[in-house]
Amino acid sequence: MQVSMSINGQAHSHDIEPRMLLVHYIREMAELHGTHWGCDTSNCGICVVLMDGVPIKSCTTLAAQAEGHEISTVEGLEKNGVLDPIQQGFHEMHALQCGFCTPGMMVTGRWLIDKHPDPTNMTDYEIREAISGGLCRCTGYVNIVKAIRWAAAYEAAAATGGN
Amino acid sequence: MASWLSDATGGVTDAPIGFGRMKRKEDARFIRGKGNYMDDVRLPGMLHGALLRSPYAHAKIVSIDTSAALAHPKVAAVVIAKDLETLGLAWMPTISYDTQAVLAGDKVRFHLQEVAFVIALDAYSAQDALALIEVEYEVLPAIVNCRKAMDPGAPLIRDDKVGQTDNLASPTWEAGDKAATDRVFGEADTIVTRDIHHTRVHPCPMETCGMVADMNPTTGQLNIYNGNQAPHAHRTVYAQVAGLPEHRIRILCNDIGGGFGNKVPVYPGYVCAIAGSIVAGAPVKWIEDRSENLATTGFARDYIMHSQLCAKNGKITGLRVDVIADHGAFDSTAQPTKFPAGFFHIVTGSYDLDAAHCTVTAVYTNKAPGGVAYRCSFRITEAVYLVERMVEALAWEMNVDPIELRMRSFIRPEQFPYESATGWTYDSGDYHKTMKVAMEIAGYEDLRKEQQEKLAKGEIMGIGITFFTEGVGAGPRKHMDILGLAMNDGADLRVHPSGKAVVSISAQTQGQGHETTFAQIVAEELGISPNEITVRHGDTDKTPYGLGTYGSRSTPVSGGAVAVVSRKVRDKARLIAARMLETRPEDLAWEKGRWYVRGDVSKGAAIEDIAEYAYSGSPMPEGLEGGLDAQAVYDPPNLTYPYGAYIAVVDIDPGTGHVHCRRFIAVDDCGVRINPMVVDGQIHGGLTEGIGQALMELISFDEQGNCMNASFMDYLLPTALECPEFELGETVTPCPHHPIGAKGVGESPCVGSPPCLANAVIDGLRVWTNGRVKHMDIPCNPARTWAAMQGNAAPPQ
Repeated sequence: MQVSMSINGQAHSHDIEPRMLLVHYIREMAELHGTHWGCDTSNCGICVVLMDGVPIKSCTTLAAQAEGHEISTVEGLEKNGVLDPIQQGFHEMHALQCGFCTPGMMVTGRWLIDKHPDPTNMTDYEIREAISGGLCRCTGYVNIVKAIRWAAAYEAAAATGGN
Repeated sequence: MASWLSDATGGVTDAPIGFGRMKRKEDARFIRGKGNYMDDVRLPGMLHGALLRSPYAHAKIVSIDTSAALAHPKVAAVVIAKDLETLGLAWMPTISYDTQAVLAGDKVRFHLQEVAFVIALDAYSAQDALALIEVEYEVLPAIVNCRKAMDPGAPLIRDDKVGQTDNLASPTWEAGDKAATDRVFGEADTIVTRDIHHTRVHPCPMETCGMVADMNPTTGQLNIYNGNQAPHAHRTVYAQVAGLPEHRIRILCNDIGGGFGNKVPVYPGYVCAIAGSIVAGAPVKWIEDRSENLATTGFARDYIMHSQLCAKNGKITGLRVDVIADHGAFDSTAQPTKFPAGFFHIVTGSYDLDAAHCTVTAVYTNKAPGGVAYRCSFRITEAVYLVERMVEALAWEMNVDPIELRMRSFIRPEQFPYESATGWTYDSGDYHKTMKVAMEIAGYEDLRKEQQEKLAKGEIMGIGITFFTEGVGAGPRKHMDILGLAMNDGADLRVHPSGKAVVSISAQTQGQGHETTFAQIVAEELGISPNEITVRHGDTDKTPYGLGTYGSRSTPVSGGAVAVVSRKVRDKARLIAARMLETRPEDLAWEKGRWYVRGDVSKGAAIEDIAEYAYSGSPMPEGLEGGLDAQAVYDPPNLTYPYGAYIAVVDIDPGTGHVHCRRFIAVDDCGVRINPMVVDGQIHGGLTEGIGQALMELISFDEQGNCMNASFMDYLLPTALECPEFELGETVTPCPHHPIGAKGVGESPCVGSPPCLANAVIDGLRVWTNGRVKHMDIPCNPARTWAAMQGNAAPPQ
């Protein structure tokens, strides 16, 4: 079947098997390897991407379900050679070690900051709850929470000319 | 925005010339989604493999019919045991000198064992073809209880082994002095006895195991893309198993999505991928799914421990412990050859005991093989768990505060180097100091008051303590090898004419940050910015031989090699500098980055000037070759002995048994810290894996031998919601024999935290039940904790 979607603002269209999972579409057809997979049961969040701005687990979404939708992956975060603050925050706060869960964690963090009414005043619970659909074996989440806070604070400062 | 990418050197900002906090160089690719993991490897003409696995834990294979699978239009080949026999690959050696079936031919011995390997044009078709293979089984009784495996009439699991008449995996192994221990127990005034099961768990790296094998039929060159923790040792094993020349095998690890011990062994799927590439004449990719990872690759623990600990005059004096080790169907336990129970006999912990004795009996069962060190140095987790549970139990039996009993019984600072009752030589420590730091951070005495106040309000609060000592950094070649390979590590350092350097190492990062920290070691020794040092690893063609990364051995062994090779370069630089400065080498003194003339600091040669000279046409000192480089192989004189004091605070729901870890205080002494940011990150991660093991993680089996926890729906790992904001502290007691005084830290938090949390939960239940609850086995999940609270703790098999 023919499936078309936008990934990071670029149009993609391929003839695929109807059973193809979105994570495989992104990795094999669009050849974007930054989205990883870690389980087959929607538990680990390694494969999280944004569909129309909302985090989904691409290992349990059919590529066909993304027909006509807007997908954002880790490769879409950096714009014109400038890192997204969420990427910079992960680096600043040592929020990654092996890097395998990092793309899913970063796009989730990006979503949280974007949808939160007051990102600089997020509670710890709000951040932890938001990333609890993802598993990380390396960091103990402490620095991921800090990285998301760093990005929110950076953006707020930038918005008020603080940078 | 300010971006570290704008740094002209391509490095990170604020990099110290040496030790200190420094952001990681390797982050650049990971935060962009540009890592290069195993499944990212794509080669022209690459085929895809999938494994058919047994639905039974124990069954004879009557017949295998692959004709329908072979007829599938997208299937290139199907490999079964008899095909492997013709290649000599039907069985492979394990790390423990046992043999393991690559594909089962005679019978299957554990649930989901490998039976056939399908190679197809794409991964979906390979899975489709698995369903077309017909296997007829004759089901045999399965044994999943290691005590029952020792019954005289138990079905024989390893009938493939000549002369094997029972289910014992090896002769019973012992350490310590039995007679002396009996004497000490005879003189004791208090003895506690416990049966403790350190239940089966799995390391669960977020990236599963897999391989791309690329055998070039024209040249005979085998390239292996495989994220593993010991690439050089793997290469040697493949050479032995497949009879291939070692110089034509190249292993490329690229980036690895976590290991934690799971990626130490060679797995049947790897051999299948290699055999598949030989058979198909094309590259073959095999990536396991999560269920395969959980149910069939290296598990950890599964030690059933019967133990007694005794005291006299208020101090701990003796320990005895008898272990049944459940190895599963094949003994592929990770351990040095002369240590069949790994480092379990470090079981006397941090205490100055008069005597100790331990035995370990290893048993085959119809469970998946493994026995890997899940963020652990060869069974040290089991050892620390045992002794720290026993000390806690003894303290309450004596009605003494558990910290007080530890303080009375610790090895004292002046006793180092300390010979333990089971034969270890601890290098350095000041345990009392570290314990006090933890007590201060925790506010220990207030916690005990709070516990009583909560009890009065009908709330359950538990306080857990551990004080662990580990032996890591295996190890001295006079004592330790794996499959005959000395546990040393190499390093190769080349300083280029411009003063920039490349250091090649045999350790293999799986996220530990070696590209940053090993550059910092060179920087500390030579005064070159870490941004100007590339750390090369993960390619056996381009790095020196060494045994890899596990058991916290990267810094203790490979880090030692990097320090030593840097000093060799520095020594050579001194000879060259003397020539440049027209003086004698002994008249030169070193300050970070330059040799200068003693008494005249202004007259000197910087390392980059020396490098430029070394490659120039200028004359070298007599007898010295041009260039500025060196090689080293580091043979550690002893293990290093990091330690730490941990305190956990838990709240337990009296109605559901749900345990919430409210606080976790971790004070680690890992000697000199190269990069405190990376050390803290390691501790955070290890504590989280400890929380998982203590409260959530469990691999269990039903009576037919089915693995009950073969997905993340049934094998629970901590999310951000289960983890507290960790409270870290530190003391620094340098390792006296390590070149930079470092001891290693990666596994410490994962070793120290499970008993700490178990002690906390049991402490809460003890207070709640007025002393009736004395023990429960981990994981302290709600069902098990609630049962324990009712006086029905699950027995240890």
